[in-house]
Amino acid sequence: MLKIKTPKTHRGKRVLEKRAPKLVENEKKTLILHGTKTSNVLNSLLTEIYHLKKENSVKYTRRNDNIRPFEAGGETNLEFFSQKTDCALFVFGSHSKKRPDNLVIGRFYDHHVYDLVEVGVENFRSLQSFSYDKKVAPKMGTKPLIAFVGEGFESVDELKHLKEVLIDLLRGEVIENLNLAGVDRCYICTAVSPKKVFLSHCALKLKKSGTIVPRMELVEVGPSMDLVLRRHRLPNEGLRKEAMKTAPDHTKKKLKNVKGDPLLGKTGKVYIPDQKLGEMALPNKAKGVKRERREARNNKDPNKQASKKPKGEGST
Amino acid sequence: MGEIETDKGFQIDLGNLLAYNPNHHFASIPSSREELVKECLEKGTELVQALADSLFNLPATEDVDGPIVTLPPPTTRLPRQQHLPRPKPKTKWELFAEKKGIKNRKKDKIAYDEKTGTWKRTYGYDRANDEDDVPIIDAKPTDEPGVDPFAKRKTDKKQRVEKQEKNHMKNLKDASKSGALPSHVQLAATSLPISGSYAAPKKLSKTELEEVAGAAATSTASIGKFDKKLPGEKPLKNKGKHRKFLPVAQGKGMGLQEREQTEKILNKLISKNSHDSLNVNKAVKNINMQKEKQQQKSKQDKGSSKSSKLNAKKKSFKKSPYKGSSKKGPSKSKTS
Repeated sequence: MLKIKTPKTHRGKRVLEKRAPKLVENEKKTLILHGTKTSNVLNSLLTEIYHLKKENSVKYTRRNDNIRPFEAGGETNLEFFSQKTDCALFVFGSHSKKRPDNLVIGRFYDHHVYDLVEVGVENFRSLQSFSYDKKVAPKMGTKPLIAFVGEGFESVDELKHLKEVLIDLLRGEVIENLNLAGVDRCYICTAVSPKKVFLSHCALKLKKSGTIVPRMELVEVGPSMDLVLRRHRLPNEGLRKEAMKTAPDHTKKKLKNVKGDPLLGKTGKVYIPDQKLGEMALPNKAKGVKRERREARNNKDPNKQASKKPKGEGST
Repeated sequence: MGEIETDKGFQIDLGNLLAYNPNHHFASIPSSREELVKECLEKGTELVQALADSLFNLPATEDVDGPIVTLPPPTTRLPRQQHLPRPKPKTKWELFAEKKGIKNRKKDKIAYDEKTGTWKRTYGYDRANDEDDVPIIDAKPTDEPGVDPFAKRKTDKKQRVEKQEKNHMKNLKDASKSGALPSHVQLAATSLPISGSYAAPKKLSKTELEEVAGAAATSTASIGKFDKKLPGEKPLKNKGKHRKFLPVAQGKGMGLQEREQTEKILNKLISKNSHDSLNVNKAVKNINMQKEKQQQKSKQDKGSSKSSKLNAKKKSFKKSPYKGSSKKGPSKSKTS
């Protein structure tokens, strides 16, 4: 037997509606997790990712023994957390002898693991280790510019995949209107070698250049690190096709009364309303048309018609 | 607006504020870290500048907080978070209405109530022209006598509501099959779907528990006589009776009782008016019943001769301490 279950409060209903599949989706939330063991490097890296994406991320602080994203059955907990927190991206840090400072970045589709990229973190420099003028420090929640440098991002499959995942992770909300005063940060990703990517977070200094376009200057504010590619798992083709579907575009308005004719070309139909001749106003009212005066005169003196004749005779 | 390619060969996606330089290649990786970082930042600055060129050249509207530009939609395609919302399947009524060409008409929220001459709600409590809210119902020739028409209306209404609920459920089930349930509705199982015939375990009552505990306590060789009593354990209330057999051997006291018993019965049977003490009808009935039972048993044995071997012997040789089992004993015939 089944029974219908609905939220008891209106607030609960709103929460569910927010999570339901939509045509135009919200920004993807990021889930940040720790593995069984994490090094100092990873601890600070995960917190810094959390700080950079504070509005749209959830950070779990407990150690997770059962999460092994690349192994079969190791993603059950992860998928459960995704369902719970409504996250579409995750960053999972773990540290082992075989894979020191290991970072797994992955995406979910319908709360199931979509794809995975595993990287090792090297030469990590945290936010605190940079000294710069605090005036240029990027504000929270501004949309970052993202720059990818290197042919590797096009030629090497792993890097291509990493690029896509990084864009998803870093780009923030998709917006229509951008305040140019809020352009104050950028991420620089450089493919150093086919296995290594240098990733850095910079603040932007807008200098005057004499034209409308200011001269850009980058100030490293951190974190900055090298990402060494390890394992990766691409989504399977069917799932990819399914996930890449876009909402059908209904913005185009239906064109009415216009037809394409092979001989005449584009023809239009013009609608002309009925002419109401009775109600039409005359350009200027002639004297004879003014009936009221004549009638009024007739009413006043019924003998007038008779008297009119002799008058006429007299005149001729 | 699609992806922009600048003259330097940079690809720019303004919707994501993304720039990509596919032409750069490190001829030789710089040995020191500082140099590497410096070169990366240089290349990055170039890209960011190219991005800014196209960004700051977009038509901007001045605002108090700064110039605001409208970004084109992003060109880099990324996977969705969830599937596209699926179309809701039509309900059975909607299908029917479509077939018949029935169209929904909006009704006013309030309607004129002719009985009271006021405006009232069209539906709900205290509604206008409520047919059920009448003190007298005219009798019709088709009315069945002995049926309360008011109660009948009530039950009819209840049935209609139930039917509607059933239909609603069916439509929701159909919707859930195609994955198009409304976001705030869940269909939850009321019982565990382990199997069709699975019933939820019944809760035992207090008396039942006491009985079971007592049975367990008296299930030893000594019938619980020499067992340690648990703290708070009460003696079993409905203790089974022990069958007591009178001694067969002759002797004084008890020995005589057996003889007396049999003599008493014999006297009754042999006496002149023995017909009065015998209920012939009952006896015949009993015998017939026994015959029938035997016939049935022999039929069953023939039908499942194999399984009968495997079956546990139904007749227990143990003396049961309970009353219930004594019913299995020899059938009591006669005695009036």
